Amino acid sequence: MQSLLQFGRNGLRRQAQTQSLAQAWRGYATKELSVRDALNSALDEELSRDDRVFIMGEEVGEYQGAYKITRGLLQKYGAKRVRDTPITEAGFTGIGAGAAFAGLRPVVEFMTFNFAMQAIDQIINSSAKTLYMSAGTISSPIVFRGPNGAAAGVAAQHSQCYAAWYSHVPGLKVLAPYDSEDCRGLLKAAIRDPDPVVFLENEILYGTNFPVDDTIMGKDFTLPIGKAKVQREGKDITLVGFGKMVGYNLDAAKELEKEGISAEVINVRTLKPLDRETIVNSVRKTHRVVCVEEGWPQSGFTAEIVATVNEECFDDLDAPPERVTGAEVPMPYAANLEVAALPQIKDVVRVAKRCMGR
Amino acid sequence: MSALLHQLPSSCQGYAPRPSVPQQGLKGSAPQVQCRPTRILSHRTLAQAVSAPPAAPEKSKGKDKPKQQKSLTPEVAKDLYRDMFLGREFEEMCAQMYYRGKMFGFVHLYSGQEAVSTGVLRAMRPDDYVCSTYRDHVHALSKGVPAKNIMAELFGKKTGICRGQGGSMHMFSAEHNLLGGFAFIGEGIPIGLGAAFGVKYRKESIGLEGSDQVVASFFGDGTCNVGQFYECLNMASLYKLPIIFVVENNLWAIGMNHPRATGPSDPNDTEPHIWKKGPAFGMPGVLVDGMDVQKVREVAVEAVARARAGLGPTLIEAETYRFRGHSLADPDELRRKEEKEHYAARDPIPQLKKAILEGNILTQDELKEIEKDVLAEVDAAVQFAEESPKPDKAQLLENVFADPKGFGIHEDGRYKYQMPGFSSGNSALV
Repeated sequence: MQSLLQFGRNGLRRQAQTQSLAQAWRGYATKELSVRDALNSALDEELSRDDRVFIMGEEVGEYQGAYKITRGLLQKYGAKRVRDTPITEAGFTGIGAGAAFAGLRPVVEFMTFNFAMQAIDQIINSSAKTLYMSAGTISSPIVFRGPNGAAAGVAAQHSQCYAAWYSHVPGLKVLAPYDSEDCRGLLKAAIRDPDPVVFLENEILYGTNFPVDDTIMGKDFTLPIGKAKVQREGKDITLVGFGKMVGYNLDAAKELEKEGISAEVINVRTLKPLDRETIVNSVRKTHRVVCVEEGWPQSGFTAEIVATVNEECFDDLDAPPERVTGAEVPMPYAANLEVAALPQIKDVVRVAKRCMGR
Repeated sequence: MSALLHQLPSSCQGYAPRPSVPQQGLKGSAPQVQCRPTRILSHRTLAQAVSAPPAAPEKSKGKDKPKQQKSLTPEVAKDLYRDMFLGREFEEMCAQMYYRGKMFGFVHLYSGQEAVSTGVLRAMRPDDYVCSTYRDHVHALSKGVPAKNIMAELFGKKTGICRGQGGSMHMFSAEHNLLGGFAFIGEGIPIGLGAAFGVKYRKESIGLEGSDQVVASFFGDGTCNVGQFYECLNMASLYKLPIIFVVENNLWAIGMNHPRATGPSDPNDTEPHIWKKGPAFGMPGVLVDGMDVQKVREVAVEAVARARAGLGPTLIEAETYRFRGHSLADPDELRRKEEKEHYAARDPIPQLKKAILEGNILTQDELKEIEKDVLAEVDAAVQFAEESPKPDKAQLLENVFADPKGFGIHEDGRYKYQMPGFSSGNSALV
């Protein structure tokens, strides 16, 4: 622990003479890991595990990653496995899709998923649909990852949430991690998965530390794709969300506790295939549900959850399902308007209380 | 090739090729010296230009003497100097304000590249169009948008040019025909081309006399690898649209050095030349020293005249440099000190100042007067932005649709936007 404070993380790795950050952590049984380091360690381990895995994207190599997620990987694995690309999303996403068809396992990084709109044809028409079109003979074991949703003050073209867009498409798996455990487990599972995976991270969470244990830091630690997690147990109302909104829901649950309302928080983790069973079982227990997302309301991801709840456990509901979403406007730049355009914790609390009839 | 190609501004010829600073490969491989000739080559090949000595300007058909370099008139010199000085002072003030927390998000500064914006935009008409990228503050200033409204926009205030809704990367002004301000590079090029299409359409399909505006589309070296760039080069040339493509090649796209991202355009080349992509698409490609505002202006005047006369587009590659990082959040660790010092020595503002004083176009005092005036304007802009109010919460839902009925119809038959309290509700509005 003292070495950690003295030398920092890199010193830790040098001292322990270990292969990866993950192994160094294990040796010291330390308790917290940032989301950034969780993603970095997952990429590191998967690159060393399978030679067919390579990373491609803008600024992933020499710049150490636009958000430093791929820090150190170029130095460790070389320029043939960690590739800086020109600014040409449609081109390099297409190259990734083709490389996957030819048997490699690319990890394509988008600086944000906003930029992936320039490549969405390749993600959907090439990666998602080809297994079906080729009757199962040509598969696409590719991962598309990057930050999704709003950051802070980055305005309309850098702040959109694409959960609804990608989770709409058959043939894609869509993951949205929340904490470091999710990031490690889900990213490793995604890279090992034979299908195309869209991995929606969140820029605001990159610097946040979460507690981890030895199991999570294990080299083969993966989480099952298609399984939601009950992040917090409760009995009066279910709060459903993914990514950053899980954190908001947990904070809202603490506020609601003070008023005697026990909220159960579901971390969806996998947007597609959606774990409807976990959500529905929770609603059968609590009889009320509030779905929270950052994106726009119409045809949003929360609309799918509300439809699911209506279809599968309508008789168990004591109140109509509620939604808290972002305002239906392109993201404004001004700080006070941005706050008004996004769900805040107090909005979740207010709507949960309204659902409880208070 | 059109005869206009031979009438190249004589000031742009006769440079000697100048080797640029060597860049180290990743594992300490042998440094590669980049030769970047800074004269206009247009239809001549690189090999011919590099091997030929700095020659007298070409004799063009029908002309006996080469053109003398025209010296600037005092009015033009004042305008150019003021515009560049304003651009620099404004951007440096932005950096200060950012670190004090007055502006936030992504801010991309233009310091060092002023000669390109000033050289091109001050040679155009007020009703011409400009389309830019996220590095758009100085393009807006050169186009005539008041500094105080740009600063207020950066502060996120109601009096900003986009009422606080756009921010640093999204400067728009219908009054000044400033079409943005785009976050995605390459996205603005088709937009500018569309404006040029509109100009030509109004002239030919509607028959509007006097529809002869020109569009200037600015973007960087990294953008020249985006597919939309090539699609636009093709269509601009095919439809002979009144546009000039201005590539601000500052050698870096965030942390990607230009030769690492772009291949050569000729089998005989070992390094990329963006201007060479022009002739491949049927338009002249021109390379100009983007740190010298007079040279940029001469090239721009020629290219704009071509476009306005209906002769089609021109691709201008301006060799320039940004003194600061990609954005104010960029640690700028990859660029070498020698390269930065080399370009700092070619700073466009002292260069113009020297040319003005040596040519006796303006006096030292007149220049000082301009500088004082600009500093006062920038300070006034900051004060204006500070004192301006933030947008009201009700503004959140404004301007989503041009027709507010787009928010739909309420149960009682009135439109939703007509309901009281429509835009002061909570954030979970449907």
